[in-house]
Amino acid sequence: MRQIRALRVAAVAAGIALMATGCGATGKSSTGSESTGAAAGPITGLQIMVPNSPGGGYDTTARAAAKVLDDAKISTNTEVFNLAGAGGTVGLARIVNEKGNGDLAMLMGLGVVGASYTNKSESKLTSTTPLARLIEEPGAIMVGKDSPFKTIDDLVKAWKADPGSIAVGGGSSPGGPDHLLPMQLAGAVGIDATKVNYVAYDGGGDLLPAILGNKLGFAASGAGEYLKQIESGEVRVLATSGDKRLDGVDAPTLKESNIDLVFSNWRGVVAPPGISDKDKAALIAALEKMHGTDGWKEALKTHSWTDAFITGDQFKTFLTEQDKRVADVLTKLGLA
Amino acid sequence: MDVWSSLMDGFATALTPMNFLYAVIGVILGTAVGVLPGLGPAMTVALLLPVTYALEPTSAFIMFAGIYYGGMYGGSTTSILLNTPGESSSVVTAIEGNKMAKAGRAAQALATAAIGSFVAGTIGTALLAVCAPIVVKFAVSLGAPSYFAIMVLALLAVTAVLGSSRLRGFASLGLGLAIGLVGMDSVTGQRRLTFGQPLLADGLDIVVVAVAIFAVGEALWVAAHLRRTPLHAIPVGQPWMGKSDWKRSWKPWLRGTAFGFPFGALPAGGAEIPTFLSYVTEKRLSKHPEEFGKGAIEGVAGPEAANNAAAAGTLTPMLALGLPTNATAAVMLAAFTSYGIQPGPQLFESQGPLVWALIASLFIGNLLLLIINLPLAPLWAKLLQLPRPYLYAGILFFATLGAYSVNLQAFDLVILLILGALGFMMRRFGLPVLPLILGVILGPRIEGQLRKTLQLSAGDPAGLFSEPIAVGIYVIIAVILLWPFAFRLIRRNTPVAPPAGGAAALAMDADDAVHSNHNAVYSNHKEQQ
Repeated sequence: MRQIRALRVAAVAAGIALMATGCGATGKSSTGSESTGAAAGPITGLQIMVPNSPGGGYDTTARAAAKVLDDAKISTNTEVFNLAGAGGTVGLARIVNEKGNGDLAMLMGLGVVGASYTNKSESKLTSTTPLARLIEEPGAIMVGKDSPFKTIDDLVKAWKADPGSIAVGGGSSPGGPDHLLPMQLAGAVGIDATKVNYVAYDGGGDLLPAILGNKLGFAASGAGEYLKQIESGEVRVLATSGDKRLDGVDAPTLKESNIDLVFSNWRGVVAPPGISDKDKAALIAALEKMHGTDGWKEALKTHSWTDAFITGDQFKTFLTEQDKRVADVLTKLGLA
Repeated sequence: MDVWSSLMDGFATALTPMNFLYAVIGVILGTAVGVLPGLGPAMTVALLLPVTYALEPTSAFIMFAGIYYGGMYGGSTTSILLNTPGESSSVVTAIEGNKMAKAGRAAQALATAAIGSFVAGTIGTALLAVCAPIVVKFAVSLGAPSYFAIMVLALLAVTAVLGSSRLRGFASLGLGLAIGLVGMDSVTGQRRLTFGQPLLADGLDIVVVAVAIFAVGEALWVAAHLRRTPLHAIPVGQPWMGKSDWKRSWKPWLRGTAFGFPFGALPAGGAEIPTFLSYVTEKRLSKHPEEFGKGAIEGVAGPEAANNAAAAGTLTPMLALGLPTNATAAVMLAAFTSYGIQPGPQLFESQGPLVWALIASLFIGNLLLLIINLPLAPLWAKLLQLPRPYLYAGILFFATLGAYSVNLQAFDLVILLILGALGFMMRRFGLPVLPLILGVILGPRIEGQLRKTLQLSAGDPAGLFSEPIAVGIYVIIAVILLWPFAFRLIRRNTPVAPPAGGAAALAMDADDAVHSNHNAVYSNHKEQQ
């Protein structure tokens, strides 16, 4: 948790940034812009909340999106701010409380769904207004180069024989994506999820040395953070959990390996509940426009994100289904 | 030499007028945010990130490096002057630094911090340039068992700061450990001591705790006694470091660097533990142990060097492995990625000019910081001549600002007041505050690493000894613990023999140091009461 806590230190209002850049602002928070999003012309005064700290995945995505929105003049003065806490549920509570505010959106993802259960949050994602899913990232089952496991079958066989002896590392706390992946994998291969020996690391930076030093049975996480090490052969991917194989990663999908599981971590944007249809349409239209720009395509490439754009009702259905799936897993584990 | 010519090219890049300007902006910004508690370099870099998209990556990173080092410098200023550490790594600096300031030696404390930071930063940067790949290889070989052993070693530091009353010392440590327990348990996801309050799920931020206990507690204590104790102005000493200050500082600077750099480079090392280790070491080695707890310059010089060396160390795994070990490194890593640069084993080859320009700009930033900060030290010190009511009002203002800006949660202000009241009560009943802070910092980490170790070994306690480094550290711990007993035995058996060798003398010194210091702390308290 150290890094997360340390990172939280980094969360502060944009007002401070003004002060820091020497604009001579008084350090007051500038979060109170009043203008509303008009249907025609660029949206003004849109605020995107990031429910965790600067530098994290949601933050990077939100800032990339805000930059593309501004650069393409889809909206002007888009402001990204961080409201970290309790795995994103502090931000979630805020968005649910901002009922009807059409100038606010939150960048979120699978992690927030899990956190809303593990933190027993009263606010649920299902009560927000889903706008769009932007990107997804399939998980990867990884081992260090000195690991005895060469294929996913080797691993599953050993894991089934003695689930407790295989330490499973992931970069998220219980309820997060890296925790949900091995739990669902266990379910798919017939291991009691409560027997899984999950070791929570503090993000990819903390997990990587454990993989490289071969301290774990295996690690479950998104492959994106480890591409360099995968390329150099220091990290071996046994399988990926997407629908299709991952570019640049020489490993089968779980489905190809006869394990019936498709699992992806995803990120999307939601708005407060009860916003007007006009605001909702304008925001979705803006995100659609953004998705079509070259700037966004560039951003996807830079960050090796997989495009997974769906909007409105489609995203709502997806979100509801994810919410249920996560609730099932976590209830079984006694976490929800 | 290859490294040398690359570095010279780096200097050439970093010293172009535009890049130099960004370095200057960076260090000034960094010092400014470092001085304000709660605003750290990580946040500043994160917020400036979108602004710098228009810049060349090199210029942006030169500025970021300036901010990072500048923040490390600035953090010590409030620690020393106002007893309000802005970051967890400058908590230790406050212990002796603030005592020095109260004795009229603020300028010397600030100067030794600035020069120590410069020395440590320069050595650290040089090490970064030369041995990044080796350090990283070593760092990766350490797992949870080794980290646990290191934490146990650091916990030994607690015994040196318990104060004259063991009972009070342990009570304070217990309070700290309890505060450290707050939050979600990382293994089971259960919430501990959160009282159903989601804002407590991430635990209490160490900066909020330290600011509350140190600054708010102190302000309340002073306020409670302001009318009864006569106003005595803080004496103004000479503005520069004297000969003896230099003499007493240079060794702690080097030892602090030796502690700081490797910890910074370790993935789970951090900048706090080396500052503790440095403090304890200086206390034991000092020729003036009686001054510890009253403002010993070694206690500022060592920890300040340690936290700056750790800052340089942190960049090692970030550049060589793409492994961020603290918040600022994580944000800088994000910045690399947004420029389409992947830090990692190949970075030195694929982005050579950028990396060397960055390293060169670290050297330049360090020098700039020294030039900026040294003349400022006497000016800062004058701040303390403010009448106490104004001074403490100011301290409370900055403490509140700092606590609020950590998370931008008004809730943290409530925590600040509650813990501030606790800090006041601790002073009232003579509980030392340092064990509490140590408990808050070390408790959660020791627990985390111990549980990780046992999880990795599937519950087998033998897992604790599964790494050679861990075993080595336990041996060191055993030697430290058993030495006084062994020494006494030897002395009893051979009554005439003088202490053999430096090590024996050292152990005796250490023993004396601890005792006399206890008395010093205690009498200090008496004085205050």
